[in-house]
Amino acid sequence: MSVSTTNLPPQFEVVDRPLDTQMTISMGPQHPSTHGVLRLELVLDGEMIVKCTPDIGYLHTGMEKLFEYKKYQQGIVITDRMDYLNPLGNNLAYVMAVEKLLGLEIPERAQTIRVLMCEMQRIASHLVWLGTHALDIGAMTVFFYCFREREKILNMIEAASGGRLTPSYFRIGGLMMDLPAGFERRVKQFTDNFPAALDEFHTLLSGNRIFQNRTKGVGIISAEDAIDWGITGPSLRGSGVALDIRRSNPYSGYENYDFDIPIEHGCDVWARYMVRMREMAESLKIVKQAASRLAPGPVKADAPKVVLPDREAMKTHMDALIHHFLIVAEGFNVPAGEVYHAIEGSKGELGVYIRSEGGAKPSRVHVRGPSFVNLSALPHMVNGEMVADVVAIIGSIDIVLGEIDR
Amino acid sequence: MSQDIEREKQITEAALTTTDAGRAPALLVDTLRREHPEWLGEVTVAFGEVTVVVPREQIIHLCAHLKVAPGLEFNMLSDICGADRGVEEEPRFEVNYHLFSTTKYHRLRLKVLLNEEDTHVPTVTGVWRTANWHERETFDHFGVIFDGHPDLRRILLPDDWQGHSLRKDFPLRGYEPYSLT
Repeated sequence: MSVSTTNLPPQFEVVDRPLDTQMTISMGPQHPSTHGVLRLELVLDGEMIVKCTPDIGYLHTGMEKLFEYKKYQQGIVITDRMDYLNPLGNNLAYVMAVEKLLGLEIPERAQTIRVLMCEMQRIASHLVWLGTHALDIGAMTVFFYCFREREKILNMIEAASGGRLTPSYFRIGGLMMDLPAGFERRVKQFTDNFPAALDEFHTLLSGNRIFQNRTKGVGIISAEDAIDWGITGPSLRGSGVALDIRRSNPYSGYENYDFDIPIEHGCDVWARYMVRMREMAESLKIVKQAASRLAPGPVKADAPKVVLPDREAMKTHMDALIHHFLIVAEGFNVPAGEVYHAIEGSKGELGVYIRSEGGAKPSRVHVRGPSFVNLSALPHMVNGEMVADVVAIIGSIDIVLGEIDR
Repeated sequence: MSQDIEREKQITEAALTTTDAGRAPALLVDTLRREHPEWLGEVTVAFGEVTVVVPREQIIHLCAHLKVAPGLEFNMLSDICGADRGVEEEPRFEVNYHLFSTTKYHRLRLKVLLNEEDTHVPTVTGVWRTANWHERETFDHFGVIFDGHPDLRRILLPDDWQGHSLRKDFPLRGYEPYSLT
């Protein structure tokens, strides 16, 4: 049976001299190296990319609309599902924005635990990036090593919150509950063993000539262009801009920690790789410091109308029982106003904009996802590169489609 | 390598000496008001954030000025997001521009208010290229039209989607089940 060519779109028309023409191919949404359901429409001249048009929205679930129909405390659960590799970071950005509206003071211990958990989550997120990035380029072994280490972090997060990927551990006004007994010991065990694992990753990749050839000089974006495109996080620091919100606009007590901001000047995939590798070591430093500062104390703010009371208090105190009922049944009142709170997520500036008109539900919640903005610069980065380099470049900007499509 | 470490230290020190990041823009906006009173509407400072209401005709002039103005240097556009203030409200829509400076580390929010009948705003893609996708998203969700935008298409929802999903009069579950076929 012959295929009719009359009704095909122009880019699929059969031509006499194929080498003289440009070809349009569709990469994704099922392509494994697009890290989810990203579709790229690539116009190729031979193997060179002439034009790249990302097509997103395959994972759009209307989360921003859903926020408007949920009480503030119910919104935390939605944030878990945006950037599913960095759920604690999303929790933190959201709860801190609401806390800003409420003007809550968070106890010292809760802040320290937040920093501790967020930095462990950052390492876990970078481990997934490293494993999949290396896998895209053809180094399969690293993937298993990374997931082995990540598993240890997820187990700790599970021990603290009960959830591995969707912890919802941070609550408005503090934490869900205190850390379980023996958590410090587990953290210590992890921090003692992780440097050896990090060395292992370096042995596998950093000195690997194939990996270097695939990454050096590929996907170049200068510092000026990166800022103009709104790139943040490790991808920006790979272009030599030392911008880290943990340092520039500290939140949750980050100003008290001693850590460096790794930057590289290569502006290419390799530079972004090195930044993240060094960043894991820096995060480990913060984890150690936070673990050593865990002093006993409350983990919830003293705000009975916002924070759920302890179980024991509910059984013995009438007002605690009333507050519990009101918070669960009707929610709590948040004053009218609008805030934008940004934190340094594992992929860049993670900002949450909340507009409140009073009442228990927000009027508008918007999430500025770092992956969304970083991906918008992809056409700039892949222009003139080979088609095989596209997977290396996508890997280097570390996107998560759950956050892009929301 | 040692140069790098040295440079990192300098940058870190510079960052640590930055003073109150929220107050600086408020003071500088005051000087701007003296020079170009037509650019700025109401200025509010709340929750440590500065919000400036901008007449929509002036948004490009103001943004281009803020991007390079000494002392302000808002060289990065963090975010653009629309909001629906309510079906009964007049003006009904707002577009919020969140500006950030990668050298001064301060933030500023610009706000453009729009009536329901006339949801046109000039695009700022000429000032920051990152505005492209943010404006497409705002168009997709609210139907705000950015005049002069190079590629104003829907970005998250399908091309044949009817209506604008984040408007307050759009039901949570939509009007009917959407089918790809």
